[in-house]
Amino acid sequence: MTHKQPVLDLSPKVSDEIRKTTCYMCACRCGINVHMKKDPLGDLKVAYIEGNRDHPVNKGVLCAKGSAGIMQHNAPSRLRAPMKRVGERGSGEFEEISWDEAYDIAASWLKPIRETAPEKLAFFTGRDQSQSFTSLWAQSFGTPNYAAHGGFCSVNMAAAGIYTMGGAFWEFGQPDWDHTKLFMLFGVAEDHDSNPIKMGIGKIKKRGARIIGVNPIRTGYNAVADDWVGITPGTDGLFILSMIHCLMKAGKIDLHYLAQYTDAAVLINGDEKSPEYGLKLRDEGGKELVIDRKTGKQTPYDQKGVKPDLAATLRVAGVTHRPVFHQMAEMYLDEKYAPEAVAERCGISAQRIRTLAAELARVAFEEAFELEQEWTDFRGEHHKTMTGRPVSFHAMRGISAHANGFQTCRALHTLQILLGTVEVPGGFRFKPPYPKPATAHPKPHCKVTPNAPLDGPHLGFVHGPDDLALKDDGTPARIDKAFTWENPMSAHGLMHMVISNAHAGDPYKIDTLFMYMANMSWNSSMNTSGVTQMLTDKDESGEYVIPRIIYSDAYSSEMVAYADLILPDTTYLERHDCISLLDRPICEADAVADAIRWPVVEPDRNVKGFQSALCDLGARLGLPAFTNDDGSQKYADYADYIVNHERRPGVGPLAGWRMGDHGPQAGRGGVNESQIDNYIENGGFFVEHIPDGSNYYKPWNAAYQDWAVKMGLYDSPQPYLFSLYAEPMRKFQLAAEGHGKRQPPDHLRARIKHTMSPLPIWYDTDQQGNEGFTVTALTQRPMAMYHSWGSQNAWLRQLHGRNPMYVPTKLMRARGLADGDWAQITSPHGAITVPVMEMAALNENTIWTWNAIGKRKGAWALDKDAPEATKGFLLNHLIHELMPPKGDGLRWANSDPVTGQAAWFDLKVAIKKVNPPPDAESQPSMPPLKSPVGQGPSELKWKVGK
Amino acid sequence: MTQLPTSTEKKLGLVIDLDTCVGCHACVISCKGWNTENYGAPLSDQDPYGADPSGTFLNRVHSYEVQPSQGDAQLIHFPKSCLHCDDAPCVTVCPTGASYKRVEDGIVLVNESDCIGCGLCAWACPYGAREMDAAAGVMKKCTLCVDRIYNENLPEVDRTPSCVRTCPANARHFGDLGDPNSDVSKLVAERGGIDLMPEQGTKPVNKYLPPRPKDQLARQDEQLDILAPFLEPVATESKGFLSWLDKTLEKI
Amino acid sequence: MHPAPSVIFFSTFSGLGFGLLIFLGLGMPATTGWSAFAFFTIAYLLAVGGLISSTFHLGHPERALKAFTQWRTSWLSREAWCAVAALTLMAIYGAGLVFFEQRWVFLGWLGAIASLGTVFTTSMIYGQLKTVPRWNSLLTPANFISLCIAGGALLSGQTTWAVILLALAGAIQVFTWMHGDSALANSGTDMATATGLGSIGTVRAFEPPHTGTNYLLREFVYVIGRKHAQKLRIIAIGLMTILPLILLLLPFNHWIALIAVAAHVGGVLAARWLFFAQAEHVVGLYYGKR
Repeated sequence: MTHKQPVLDLSPKVSDEIRKTTCYMCACRCGINVHMKKDPLGDLKVAYIEGNRDHPVNKGVLCAKGSAGIMQHNAPSRLRAPMKRVGERGSGEFEEISWDEAYDIAASWLKPIRETAPEKLAFFTGRDQSQSFTSLWAQSFGTPNYAAHGGFCSVNMAAAGIYTMGGAFWEFGQPDWDHTKLFMLFGVAEDHDSNPIKMGIGKIKKRGARIIGVNPIRTGYNAVADDWVGITPGTDGLFILSMIHCLMKAGKIDLHYLAQYTDAAVLINGDEKSPEYGLKLRDEGGKELVIDRKTGKQTPYDQKGVKPDLAATLRVAGVTHRPVFHQMAEMYLDEKYAPEAVAERCGISAQRIRTLAAELARVAFEEAFELEQEWTDFRGEHHKTMTGRPVSFHAMRGISAHANGFQTCRALHTLQILLGTVEVPGGFRFKPPYPKPATAHPKPHCKVTPNAPLDGPHLGFVHGPDDLALKDDGTPARIDKAFTWENPMSAHGLMHMVISNAHAGDPYKIDTLFMYMANMSWNSSMNTSGVTQMLTDKDESGEYVIPRIIYSDAYSSEMVAYADLILPDTTYLERHDCISLLDRPICEADAVADAIRWPVVEPDRNVKGFQSALCDLGARLGLPAFTNDDGSQKYADYADYIVNHERRPGVGPLAGWRMGDHGPQAGRGGVNESQIDNYIENGGFFVEHIPDGSNYYKPWNAAYQDWAVKMGLYDSPQPYLFSLYAEPMRKFQLAAEGHGKRQPPDHLRARIKHTMSPLPIWYDTDQQGNEGFTVTALTQRPMAMYHSWGSQNAWLRQLHGRNPMYVPTKLMRARGLADGDWAQITSPHGAITVPVMEMAALNENTIWTWNAIGKRKGAWALDKDAPEATKGFLLNHLIHELMPPKGDGLRWANSDPVTGQAAWFDLKVAIKKVNPPPDAESQPSMPPLKSPVGQGPSELKWKVGK
Repeated sequence: MTQLPTSTEKKLGLVIDLDTCVGCHACVISCKGWNTENYGAPLSDQDPYGADPSGTFLNRVHSYEVQPSQGDAQLIHFPKSCLHCDDAPCVTVCPTGASYKRVEDGIVLVNESDCIGCGLCAWACPYGAREMDAAAGVMKKCTLCVDRIYNENLPEVDRTPSCVRTCPANARHFGDLGDPNSDVSKLVAERGGIDLMPEQGTKPVNKYLPPRPKDQLARQDEQLDILAPFLEPVATESKGFLSWLDKTLEKI
Repeated sequence: MHPAPSVIFFSTFSGLGFGLLIFLGLGMPATTGWSAFAFFTIAYLLAVGGLISSTFHLGHPERALKAFTQWRTSWLSREAWCAVAALTLMAIYGAGLVFFEQRWVFLGWLGAIASLGTVFTTSMIYGQLKTVPRWNSLLTPANFISLCIAGGALLSGQTTWAVILLALAGAIQVFTWMHGDSALANSGTDMATATGLGSIGTVRAFEPPHTGTNYLLREFVYVIGRKHAQKLRIIAIGLMTILPLILLLLPFNHWIALIAVAAHVGGVLAARWLFFAQAEHVVGLYYGKR
């Protein structure tokens, strides 16, 4: 009998229309094609989401989160209308109100504050992608208390990169995926730049290039790494410095690169009696001085033909001034960094450390290559080729979120620079507008004037004690104590300290806490239960200690229940946004790019994009940046702002299709009323490629510098040297040594002297109070989930509906544990009781779990018995925002002493087997929240077309 | 018709690279999205916001820990969907003819309007490639995106299964495994692609590329000889180092 | 495998029904008239009731007629044909006995063969599955057929046959269990072949693809404790074979016969539950189960 089969329609209609916008299922910001189909009623609905092939970030691919966007867009947890609290805080009792009423309430709280004491408003935004806008609003309001979530995320990496070389990883730069032959990855489960890293890994695997993964946990990218180094958490800096020791000792460093492009040859003041001891020698114009190897004379570094000498010293009036490189040799050749000396502490054998260092050396120098590309450097010297050193690195929060994270990140950048692999073919490459050194960034501003804007941008880069955000009496100007002696270089603020400090009235009390997209009563806070308590605490008069809380979110998150006024945000498919060069751009190493979001569907609820709401509220408060001269509202909504706002003449939120004399042009230009339409026509983004020959050696490449000025990235060419030696840190040390007018409090002097080393060091994080707690506990973010957002997503929550604690084989045996058993995990701060699972590919003294799977009962429109709430759990309960009391009456933050970055990954715990808790529910189990949006349906059959 | 064709013109299938798959589940959800909206009944979800959520998926990513006799344990992410077997037992057991293998390209499909939902095909499949949809009462399985790969409404470059198009790490490859000169066949030959459960006699079309050998740098004895020269010290302390530096700079 | 009640009831009762039909077809007992009517009614209630219950697990029972089309390859389709043939032939044969006091012997033999064929095809639905090594053996049809005819003998009151066949069925059942306990291990399929990763080292399932359940886990992964299973086996063999044998060897009494039948049915139900519950589908290997 012959084979019979049905006739199929092989070319069914895919969609009625494709609308191209930008994903927001995580921070990666991929381009997406939203396929719209008519439903049986004839309405266009979102039917399918795929990656946009033309988009610079993802080039067509899309992760699980991105494809599941349709389930985020239709999630039953979406808030429906503005709400005011009618019960006690935390009760979840709300009443829906109109937007007018919501604005009136907000204005009635905020106007009096602005007129008397603007700092009484603390405005902090979480996973905000519009920081250049929200900061403008806060600046115009006049409060110094503004920041986004960088302080509890990855400020150590960002700041260390900026201070060292003018940029770090992810938004700042990327490996040269097309040429690199060895890619070394520190930490990083699925942190940032998620699709580009996966694409990069795919690319280099295809070429047969290799990956070394350094991570206590072998999952994800580390699982596909050719070699895995299961390091002990918190010791990455020591491991890196040991490799630096090996490489320097073997002379396997790029001396030419160091001399030409870094401050290695810059002379350091060696006069111990001078108030400038340890600072860089400079000419009258402030240019660093080096000794020219050809003449033997001192000269500014940037003169034509200068060959900076790494070896020569300068002797003046009996004092020897030595170059940075001398200090480095002295410091890193010390035997305390020898592999044998660090092996045990790092959990990596000495032999392994040597092998890894040797492999870096082998690939950097033996597999070096020349790219046939002429270029001219900033000294005017012409080069026939570009030398490639095909070793590249990447790291994010894994090495950042420790109290030694800043110095560890500096060490990693130093390693890259010593190998000569930054901004060279095969190495690490910046993405415009980076490279941009710390000196080209603003400094922090904190001068408050009632009824007037702040004196400048809140956040920035300090260059010494003079730039700290201190009041005249020396107390912190900011509620989060950013830019104070406790953490002088806190470039992103300290969002994780805001509620704790506001509750303690330290440094002062506030009136209104205004937050956006930050789940502070749950996974975004250390010490979750404690923070919940702070939000609901009342003082003697029966008033809340934090009197007013305004919160904006699109979804029924745990934080909603703790706010007094809710401004409901839209989903990402219903809003305007700009992914701006003024903010956190999406550029590529070869191109400048930015993008928009636009409402591919209109909201079917009474909700508004938060930024549009701020345009309204700003006008009602009379904020100068949001009001016309006649007092009317300046920007009708966020889209209006995106098109019409100009930060500097000719430079606005979007760099594409700006109006020039002869029509739209890229980079600089005037306002173009149809700019958003131009973006939509182009697929939602703008990209302009960097000309060949300008795309490597960017900090020193004259052609790149000129191009960057043309594009409006800088206002004038500004080549610079990489800072192996971080002079601003030395300035803080000088203050701690007694120099200068601004002096640190005595209890911080020793710490500042120690931790603010201008050359990278490693120190163990504060272990006081950790006696008996010997196991490190970590979290990783699963690739198919982002923060707390994933659990409301019907598809994603099936992948990760609960999270076990993964325990290494040796600890499982030692504690008599088997898969599915329950264990109590205790830290000096608290205890959780959770299910465990065995994992062999894990550092033998580390336990871990997936981040932010655990949910509070009743949140996110989930059933109260959802596995996220009954089996899932947060590690946050074990982590305090403060160190255990030291008996000095002071509140010591659990943060990096340089930047204030939250030290999530310093957590030390003890683990023991226990009986399953009642109802076999993870502990602590907090009481259910009342859902303001009810619960989702019992079945989903999501099909738009027939 | 549940008799298998004696031969198919092509053997379309997937090649999955276990050396590259990072376990991100992108393919899982892209598949869910496309196949919910397209071929046949939507892939439904029961209790999607409740205590026991459970839905139909045509592609799922497992992970395995492998402990070699020496060295560190390894972790391997393992995507799995229908392997479009040459000797597909799921087809021959079907009592209604709903399950069939296409003669043009070897794709194994379910004609949902003929499916009585008896589940026998899923019983016959050793790979767990078929899932009964609880709402539609019919068997769902990977269609190799038969409604994409020939779809003239899609640009040519997009005529691939949605899991392949979306895979960020490029760990999934689609092509004709019956043609020894196709890219996928060459990849399989080059990397030693394997069958899953070959002893089941299903002759799967989809192939898996095994992980490359791991932790070679940890093989101390071998690496020592190769790499040790790269760390030959130029000096033992900083003074010696500075004189080496001076000499070396002379040569640059 | 998930021990679905509908399938357990179907295979147990239709097995008994067709078993009775076999004996009726062979003229054992050689009844006619009302007595034949009673026997046939019982046989049809069991056989047809079982068949109907088997449709309860279908997603689309209204399309059940399509199941007749694929007899060339599908044992389920063949079962449908056999069942219809058996029920039709035996209906005609039964009508002869009940209404015409006629025994059409040839038709009876044909009906008996078709009835036996039905149980055989049912058993082959399971026996053909390479994916369930415990079932993938000639012992599966042997087990089903021996139970079917032993039950038939018991119901038809063929004491001698019943004693012999019950003993035989019990022996086959024990042998099936013994063989089945090592079938997965002997099948050559394990996590190493399932994943192809065995050449690197020992394979262990780490994270499942989903934290909740799904169709595969519900349908194919059913785990019962060893001790629990052993207990059930003793109960099953006791009820199915030993107790009826003892009762049959006692002087005949209708009540005792009824108890013997009830015990046998209970035992077969327990054995059938174990047949499913203990069967390991190889897909469980992907989930690290068994």
